[in-house]
Amino acid sequence: MIAQNIAFGILAASSVLAAIRMVTTKNVVHAALYLVVVLGSVAANYILLAAEFVAVVQLLVYIGAIVVLFLFGVMLTRAKLGHEGELDNDQRGLAAVTALLILGILGYVLVDYFGDDKLPQLNRTHEQLNATRGTGAVGNAIFSTYLIPFEVVSVLLLAALVGAIVLARRD
Amino acid sequence: MILAALPYWESTIIRVVLVLAAVLLPAGTFVYVFLFKMMSFMQSRLGPMEAGPYGSLQLLAEVGKSLQKEDIFPERADRTLFALAPYIVVGSVLLVYVVIPFGPDAWFANLDTGIFYALAVSSLSVIGILVAGWASANKYSLMGGLRAAGQLIAYELPMVLAVVGVVIQAGSLNLIQIVNSQANGSIFGFGALGNPFILTQFVAFGLFLMAAQAELSQAPFDMPVAESELVSGYMTEYSGMRFLLFFIGEFASAGAFAALAATLFLGGWWLPGLDLNANYMNVIGPIVVLTKMMLVAFLIFWFRFTYPRFREDQLQTLAWKYLIPISLANIMVTAVLKVVF
Repeated sequence: MIAQNIAFGILAASSVLAAIRMVTTKNVVHAALYLVVVLGSVAANYILLAAEFVAVVQLLVYIGAIVVLFLFGVMLTRAKLGHEGELDNDQRGLAAVTALLILGILGYVLVDYFGDDKLPQLNRTHEQLNATRGTGAVGNAIFSTYLIPFEVVSVLLLAALVGAIVLARRD
Repeated sequence: MILAALPYWESTIIRVVLVLAAVLLPAGTFVYVFLFKMMSFMQSRLGPMEAGPYGSLQLLAEVGKSLQKEDIFPERADRTLFALAPYIVVGSVLLVYVVIPFGPDAWFANLDTGIFYALAVSSLSVIGILVAGWASANKYSLMGGLRAAGQLIAYELPMVLAVVGVVIQAGSLNLIQIVNSQANGSIFGFGALGNPFILTQFVAFGLFLMAAQAELSQAPFDMPVAESELVSGYMTEYSGMRFLLFFIGEFASAGAFAALAATLFLGGWWLPGLDLNANYMNVIGPIVVLTKMMLVAFLIFWFRFTYPRFREDQLQTLAWKYLIPISLANIMVTAVLKVVF
């Protein structure tokens, strides 16, 4: 487990550092690229947890699509090279309160549920792990147990898409 | 397998070296055979003839020329990002090669998510292209980067959806499993040829090639680097080694898409009549895969040198109004037939 712990340490440090730089940098494009580092570290964490499919989805959806759209939007509208002065606004207090609230709730939930429990040592082979937690298992779970939530989310996304088109085309 | 007997770090180093070879060799071959020679013959000229017999050392001459050139940074450019962008593009291409199997044991990584991983990492190159366009501090570069991003996002969808047809038929995302199911498959009980998915998924094959052409931003989809409008798009300000990196990235990703198409549709390292899992396939397999890659790449470059450029709106219309609906219909039909048979 030592290798995993070291890897987790590196990933955690890089994602925290990149997250801090993301909100302190004076350039919007740099901020978007720091976000890539944060999201990439999260994807690597999923691989550490043996959730390969989720890691690849994280890459494809968040880095390959969402950050690219951020960059696209930023470059189409306002993307000065060098520093920008007026990136800060006066909502720092609110942001701090929100961040602390989220930290408190997540921390409370984790401690309340797991407490001092240790993860069970699994001595299963790669094939056994794949059968229970691999891509096939994820697919089966989505299309049997969680079919209705999955379809509801799809409809929600469709509604958001239609809404975006209605807002964009005012004619 | 020999590599499995070595310690983890040694086998990893060997694999990394082999990935580099697997990227650079086909990329170099494509440039010489297709870009230098085939294009010249299609335009009734000889192409490079001076460096080496029949111009065969021209590639080395080009690399030497690029290495000597000055590494120019535009004055107002964002230096760090300007320097970093080509590496993002090349890195994303290198990551694609990691999952391509060249034989029953001759693979770099045997991932459960195989083809899905390949499509995900190939989409990372968009970030490098956007960053290159922005960091150059040049209007032409920025326009090229934006066009490239819009095009790559649009054509990623038909590509992923075309692959879904193959995945449904094979019943797996793993590329080795996909090759296995092509070798062991049969069409209406006739199994001597196996079932290379190009026979049953020909629609998906066509969609995949068109989308790959657009992902490579080659003619007829070369709006991002349209010389007559944008000088050369996001690459305008690059010179010397960094330009060469973009160039390698372009041809290596042509190789990556050709290798993916060969694995998904043409049976990968397998040929009819050969034993799929025999030990000798680890030697013959890479040659078979490279031959199939050359066939697919011939098609890709044939299109490139034949058709004129699309207009930007035609290009988007083709992706969103034709390719995506066709690929969705292909998924429907494949799923229904999979249940029926």
